[in-house]
Amino acid sequence: MTQPFRIATAGRLGKADPVRFTFDGKSFEGLTGDTLASALLANGVHLVGRSFKYHRPRGMVSAGAEEPNALVGIHRDAARRAPNVRATVQEIYEGLNAVSQNRWPSLSFDIGALNDLASPFFSAGFYYKTFMWPKAAWERVYEPFIRRAAGLGEAPDRPDPDCYANRFAHCDVLVIGGGAAGLSAALAAADTGARVILADEQAETGGALRYETGAMIDGKPGWDWAQAVAADLVSRENVRLLTRTTGFGYYAQNMVGLVERLTDHLASPAQDQPRERLWQVRARRVVLATGAIERHMVFPDNDRPGIMLASAARTYLNHYGVAVGRNVAVYTAEDSAWYAAIDLKRAGVAIAAIVDCRPDPQGPHVEEAQRLGIECLTGHAVNGTGGRLRVSSIKVGPISGGAERSISCDALLTSSGWTPAVHLFSQSRGKLAFDAETQRFLPGQTVQELVSIGACAGSVDLEETVADALKAGHEAAGASGNPPKLSSNSTERWSGGMLGAGEGAGAESTAKAFVDFQNDVTAKDIRQAVREGMRSIEHVKRFTTTGMATDQGKTSNMHGLAIAAEMLDRPIPDVGLTTFRAPYTPVTFGALVGHGKGRLFEPVRRTPMHDWAAAHGAVFEDVGQWKRAWYFPKPGEDMHAAVARECRTVRQSAGIFDATTLGKIEVVGPDAARFMELMYTNPWQKLGVGRCRYGVMLREDGFIYDDGVVGRLAEDRFHVTTTTGGAPRVLNHMEDYLQTEFPDLKVYLTSTSEQWAVIAVQGPKSRDIIAPLVEGIDLSDEAMPHMSVREGMICGVPTRLFRMSFTGERGFEINVPADYGCAVWEAVWAEGEKHGACAYGTETMHVLRAEKGFIIVGQETDGTVTPHDAGLSWAIGKKKTDFVGMRGLMRPDLVAPGRKQLVGLRTRDPKTVLEEGAQIVADPQAPVPVPMLGHVTSSYWSENCGHSIALALVAGGHERMGETLYVPMPDGVIEVEVTSTVFFDEKGERTNG
Amino acid sequence: MLLIHCPYCQEDRPELEFRHAGEAHIARPENMAEMSDEDFERFFFIRSNPKGIVYERWRHIHGCARFFNAARDTVSDKFLMTYKAGEPKPDLDGEGK
Amino acid sequence: MRKYSVFAIAREAMRGHRGWPQQWPSPEPKKNYDVIIVGAGGHGLGTAYYLAKEHGITNVAVLEKGWLGGGNTGRNTTIIRSNYLYDESAGIYDHSVKLWDGLSQDLNYNVMYSPRGVMMLAHNVHDVQVFKRHIHANRLNGVDNEWLTPEKAKAYCPPLNISREARYPVMGAALQRRGGTARHDAVAWGYARAAAARGVDIIQNCEVTGINRGPDGAVTGVETTRGTIGARKVGVVAAGHSSVLMQMAGVQVPLESYPLQALVSEPVKPVFPCVVMSNTVHAYISQSDKGELVIGAGTDQYTSYSQTGGLHIIQHTLDAICETFPIFTRMKMLRSWGGIVDVTPDRSPILAKTPVSGLYVNCGWGTGGFKATPGSAHVFAHTIARDEPHPINAPFTLERFRNGRLIDEAAAAAVAH
Repeated sequence: MTQPFRIATAGRLGKADPVRFTFDGKSFEGLTGDTLASALLANGVHLVGRSFKYHRPRGMVSAGAEEPNALVGIHRDAARRAPNVRATVQEIYEGLNAVSQNRWPSLSFDIGALNDLASPFFSAGFYYKTFMWPKAAWERVYEPFIRRAAGLGEAPDRPDPDCYANRFAHCDVLVIGGGAAGLSAALAAADTGARVILADEQAETGGALRYETGAMIDGKPGWDWAQAVAADLVSRENVRLLTRTTGFGYYAQNMVGLVERLTDHLASPAQDQPRERLWQVRARRVVLATGAIERHMVFPDNDRPGIMLASAARTYLNHYGVAVGRNVAVYTAEDSAWYAAIDLKRAGVAIAAIVDCRPDPQGPHVEEAQRLGIECLTGHAVNGTGGRLRVSSIKVGPISGGAERSISCDALLTSSGWTPAVHLFSQSRGKLAFDAETQRFLPGQTVQELVSIGACAGSVDLEETVADALKAGHEAAGASGNPPKLSSNSTERWSGGMLGAGEGAGAESTAKAFVDFQNDVTAKDIRQAVREGMRSIEHVKRFTTTGMATDQGKTSNMHGLAIAAEMLDRPIPDVGLTTFRAPYTPVTFGALVGHGKGRLFEPVRRTPMHDWAAAHGAVFEDVGQWKRAWYFPKPGEDMHAAVARECRTVRQSAGIFDATTLGKIEVVGPDAARFMELMYTNPWQKLGVGRCRYGVMLREDGFIYDDGVVGRLAEDRFHVTTTTGGAPRVLNHMEDYLQTEFPDLKVYLTSTSEQWAVIAVQGPKSRDIIAPLVEGIDLSDEAMPHMSVREGMICGVPTRLFRMSFTGERGFEINVPADYGCAVWEAVWAEGEKHGACAYGTETMHVLRAEKGFIIVGQETDGTVTPHDAGLSWAIGKKKTDFVGMRGLMRPDLVAPGRKQLVGLRTRDPKTVLEEGAQIVADPQAPVPVPMLGHVTSSYWSENCGHSIALALVAGGHERMGETLYVPMPDGVIEVEVTSTVFFDEKGERTNG
Repeated sequence: MLLIHCPYCQEDRPELEFRHAGEAHIARPENMAEMSDEDFERFFFIRSNPKGIVYERWRHIHGCARFFNAARDTVSDKFLMTYKAGEPKPDLDGEGK
Repeated sequence: MRKYSVFAIAREAMRGHRGWPQQWPSPEPKKNYDVIIVGAGGHGLGTAYYLAKEHGITNVAVLEKGWLGGGNTGRNTTIIRSNYLYDESAGIYDHSVKLWDGLSQDLNYNVMYSPRGVMMLAHNVHDVQVFKRHIHANRLNGVDNEWLTPEKAKAYCPPLNISREARYPVMGAALQRRGGTARHDAVAWGYARAAAARGVDIIQNCEVTGINRGPDGAVTGVETTRGTIGARKVGVVAAGHSSVLMQMAGVQVPLESYPLQALVSEPVKPVFPCVVMSNTVHAYISQSDKGELVIGAGTDQYTSYSQTGGLHIIQHTLDAICETFPIFTRMKMLRSWGGIVDVTPDRSPILAKTPVSGLYVNCGWGTGGFKATPGSAHVFAHTIARDEPHPINAPFTLERFRNGRLIDEAAAAAVAH
């Protein structure tokens, strides 16, 4: 018979379709609507996992997100493997494939369980005290062993094919939790017309109404009411109801992170359907209705499969129609667990006994249990359990002392009371207040716009919860007047409870009474930590690892705290509460990443000529977000050959280069020249209209920040260029000074980087190439000398034509509106081909400028280089009284002798090309640490010079001309001579050549 | 992610639209050239870095692109107010927390 | 101090581990000490330990406003490396790495220093140039650091994506094999236990509210939430809060405090063998002995003492992690948290005497202070004991911001051109 523990008359799955799934390769049947946990329990399977340290057999403890034990791997296919999935949350689908974790060779026979026998050694923090000898063994033996033993599931081993989505949302009222409280609050808020979002982590709203059969709201059984309200809310335009959605993080200014699980419950999700969706909701008000989490009892051997929370057993019965055993015992310190026994008994399951450690619990539940003929052992405790892979018996004795007896059972339900789920409240930075009477931390002073209602606010009464929730929802929506009313009542009671170790797990006990199941932390571990001087709960937590497992201590933290407090003989709040940190439950990386992967990880910026370059075989390099053509290899050419050819061609005839990525800023206004004087070291007032100048920009501390050629188009208009990577920060830098330091200057700044495509044509033939295409500009040297700019037309398109050169050759930079960039490029290319020109990339550009000793900011400079260091003293206006960086330049260390200065280097062997970044020394024989004089900033084979060239920053370099220095490499020392930075055409005649 | 009120746009907008720009009310001296090294250090490097109310600059870089000032509590990250560049430093002693 | 060993554990196992002594006592503060250290993080506790061990100064109190090791020591991602560019930085960080190697034995506390290698990824030509510069400088300074091709980088760290199709393909990596991780809590606890054993008082829940100075301006002690405590020398080692404390003595420092977040994944079986850092895409990741992927995020853009940060910072970090290691997309974030880092203008620490006689400061470690813990503590103890810096920390002065002699590691990493 399949599903032998399914009770046809119980639960809500009714005649749902059967679903087949596998667990550790064995095939099982469940019903649509089951979780993996409920389906396994329906088949009588409790053993689902092994604990972290001792590898003890473990079963489901809960029926929800707080589950510490029942973690499995879900393997949808080879690439879709998720480790550490809670079986109590995972819904089953046809073909679901689950595997157990942290066991070898099998779940029922796990070699790692030997750890359990050696557990006296593995006390809290044992690893801090040993594995230190011999020293080398830590790295080679001990640590690898510990690592293999630790961990739980297996990480995926290939990229995730699924996609994830990401949304921002705004609302008036965000309600977290869709139980009686959350639904009531959402309903009241929605009635006012407010925009409401309600998020609930389960597949259906209802919360504790899922199992609380005694609840009636608005004249209906609680669950039915919840489904009716949910349907009502879904139908309203001002409400968004999100199920399978966890509010996991509460951030500043009422930003709440939600994660919605969209496909993990589906047998065959559509290919493009997102697996999960991250919501970042900014809410005017937040209503927290996150409920409470039941705690287990802490007593010897309380961790065997079959021992679970009472509310979980009720959920499995009342919702899923599954009995967790055939002969079930209950051990509690709290009233609500009695209803588990009552419900099971009514469903036909034998109840071995109800053991309540309180001497004399009273109430209708006690009477009902007795009426049903259940043996009720009050004032008793469970002192131990039996069974290997499943609990088979409990040892019960009176607390006052006396004979102990063994009671057979195949499941034990425990409850020590309820911990309000204040996680999100605490994350909102609200202060928690300890209620000594009920031994609970409850929401105290709020810091953000939020309200807590229901069980998470400490309410144990349904009528009060619903009334509070209606009021909270109404008020959160900003409505005045009276909130709506709903009749509600419950026959059930939620009082009592205890914290810390129960009988048999007291200070003298050596038994294993588990506080934190997954991390195998026992009451005695916590006591040991305190004994060793750990007085803060944070120390206890870190020393024992209690509360640090994947459940983050949802069921265990209060027990751990109480045991530590008792040991320290201090009140619980004095010992402190560990900080609640996001996320509430683990969140898939993919959901947080959303679309931000692959091509969308960061935007790719391409120039209008990109496709042309790609079609002509360009290899690209990443420069900031840009893709730049690096070199254009012809068939059979490697990078070296291609660059050598490009370099030769430019200087022999001409080359065409895409300079579009350079930043461009239009500086306009009556005070434009004054502003430029302040922003750059150079003088600008006297620069004639139509002329260009190389500008150097400093930070206030005197170091080079950026550079570029600036053209003056009119008295009040400058066309400024910046480095490729520097464009945004230079504009920001300029705006900063303009808006905040020099607000009186009449200047406008506009980024035009994207507006202009820039085609550089460099080489002796450059004028011949562009001449046929240009209209309205006299290109003669007299009319348009080097470093000038003209406006006119090219190929029928308006252009700003610069006569300038970053190669030392006669050169032009054609600025045209970006949309025409490629067309003009192609026209220039067609002309160029007639003259034997080539297209060249950034590498050739680098070589050619290095031959001329032109710096690249970010390569020759690194934020510690002054204009003097870089040989740019000439660019500083000598008569200027102020510019940004002027004062910084005067600081003692910036004028001290011995600064690193830019020089050229030539290797003794002209064929040797230095490595960029290589260090330069005076004495290569010096012992380590070898005093270093500087480093090679740029180094290339210069085809045009016929030898290698390099630029370097060298201490006192300007005084070292002709000196021999050394570049020590791992495989030998390279001898170099310090030279001028100009290697080619020292007189600079070729710009007019 | 903070929510920031731009005093120019008169809108609350998410932090992603803004760029923090350091401590506010540190005016660049008129007579830079005559500053002592000590004064330059104070101007350029020393920051009050208060635990409490900080007066700071923001730029609505993906909005109106204006620089403006804010008073914010660095313990709670709550904004007390934002105001336009050039407006005097408000006296908020005793506020915040 | 009772020695820890496998034999001690065996002995204790026989009696239910009831015989372990307190690792450190929690005494009441005395009226006076020779030296007060403000801040019981790794650097502060280590300073006290070396004061006692190397300089014979045992009348020392370490004052902590919360619980020891609860600041950045217990919040960082525990990366250890010393492949810094400048001689000054290489000096102090490598001094530290040498002390890490052997620290467990020195302290008789397993701090789990694990030299599993720190690999820094280069994603563009500029990164390659910068890393090569580091590698050459490191070699001449006696600091190990080697260049790996993308293929070798992947062999060293199999989850690495070296596809040329990646948004920012890996062009190579710099590997420091002696780099790695250590167990952060154990560092604080090990120093605390060893310092306490030599007579140092560690006083938790004792917040310093003022720094007292005598008529001559020199330090006379501190005001605390547990009363006035006298001392002729006070060392401030209060990462994140250094500005606040220094202002109590009227000393203004060039610091700003920023939120820095980190996160861990759920624990999984060993999958990630080393530490990988990428400054270009902002990813910092390793796997702890427990099995969690430990991931460092960037700082928020604004100053704050709130110890929290924005979710978008974490998203950005995970974007980079999943782009660099695409097999991790289905992993889950288990826990995230924030710390406060105090950052100097040149991203190098201040480890120095101050203008106030008897007041010393150790601050400004930014996002990378953990790795320096032993070295920093060692030379700071020297600075306090001798009232003059150790040659290793001599360059890390407050004055450098006046004379411009910065140690600009941030600039050394340089901006993209």
